[in-house]
Amino acid sequence: MDENFNIEIVSPEKKLFAEKGKSITIPSFEGEMTILHDHISIITFLRPGIININENKKKYFVEEGTVEFSKNNLTILSSTIIDLESLSKDLIFSMLEDSKKELNQENLDDKKRYIISHKIDCLSQISL
Amino acid sequence: MPSLDDLRKRISSVKSTQKITKAMKMVAAAKLRKAQEMAENGRPYSDKMNIIIQNLSKAISDPSNAPKLLVGSGEDKTHLCVVMTADRGLCGGFNTNIVKQAKNYFNKILKESKNLKIITVGTKGLDQLKREYGKYIVKKIDFKNKKKISFKDASLVGDEIVKLFKNNEFDKCIIFYNKFKNVMTQIPQSQQLIPAKKVEDTKIEQESSYDFEPEEDEILEDLLPKNISTQIYKGFLENAASEQGSRMTAMDNATRNAGDLVEKLTINYNRSRQAAITKELIEIISGAESL
Repeated sequence: MDENFNIEIVSPEKKLFAEKGKSITIPSFEGEMTILHDHISIITFLRPGIININENKKKYFVEEGTVEFSKNNLTILSSTIIDLESLSKDLIFSMLEDSKKELNQENLDDKKRYIISHKIDCLSQISL
Repeated sequence: MPSLDDLRKRISSVKSTQKITKAMKMVAAAKLRKAQEMAENGRPYSDKMNIIIQNLSKAISDPSNAPKLLVGSGEDKTHLCVVMTADRGLCGGFNTNIVKQAKNYFNKILKESKNLKIITVGTKGLDQLKREYGKYIVKKIDFKNKKKISFKDASLVGDEIVKLFKNNEFDKCIIFYNKFKNVMTQIPQSQQLIPAKKVEDTKIEQESSYDFEPEEDEILEDLLPKNISTQIYKGFLENAASEQGSRMTAMDNATRNAGDLVEKLTINYNRSRQAAITKELIEIISGAESL
């Protein structure tokens, strides 16, 4: 049986990725989630984290996004998505610094705080 | 009758204008290709976003609980109009067409004695609107120093709109931009952003029920502001392509007109020169005869 499904990653500028894949792990807002063939139809959104396609074949870093899965078609919409291969240490460092600064602001609500702390966690775990 | 010298000057002046318009046409053509590509690349994102939102809004069980961005504030008093034009001129009727459409709408609103608020994006629209509608303009945005408009710029505008809406500053939001149909035709468009109109689309036949994680309204809360930025970004891209297309056609026409003019002037010039020669000949001949 064919265990592949269509994966599409779309940013406002262009289609980043459109291939068939076996599995994809996404940093869903309520926790990491791996989607395989014939998953139930779902709509969810992302927190900062790593999208991992086909077990480490292709990785993307996202800050936010929306995921729709139905009938073995997976679509990820994200305006802040970076191919992990194109990330450099300097870039990660500057992003980390920015988020730390942001976290120190006083008038943050809980949701924002949650998102930013995840971003920091994730960024500091990326090893190149 | 202008003198030969004047004619010669005019011909060379028209010729150099023609060179400029021709160059502008070339540049516009090159930029158009890029802009068109970007507009096409941007379409999947906004289309998908639309589909998701429609699926979500169908799934909402209790409309009274739905996010305000989707269903509106329940009133219809103040309209916010976002008029998107270019930052540069010399592109035919491009800016005028948008402004004309916007003005029609403004007049309609004002006649119904509703409040009007205007955000202008792009300096050309501002120039045309500020005399008549200056007091309604609440914000001016332009990207004159930017070469390429990115999604971030669009989100700036989008965030601004969402912020105004959250402060109850308006009830309805409409954007005006030019839709790119082809190089010759651009259609001025008005699109309602807030409340997000429910389009009865027959395209989506997939009635499969979705799992939502977290709840529908929470997702919508996150998604709707993004959708506004997306729609605005789409407007930007369509506008950019339209602008270049419009400029290309306008400059093509200008080049052709200049060519016609040069032809006419050259004929004129040759005629006057010939007339002068004939006159001189007649003078010489009649002078010789009288001797």
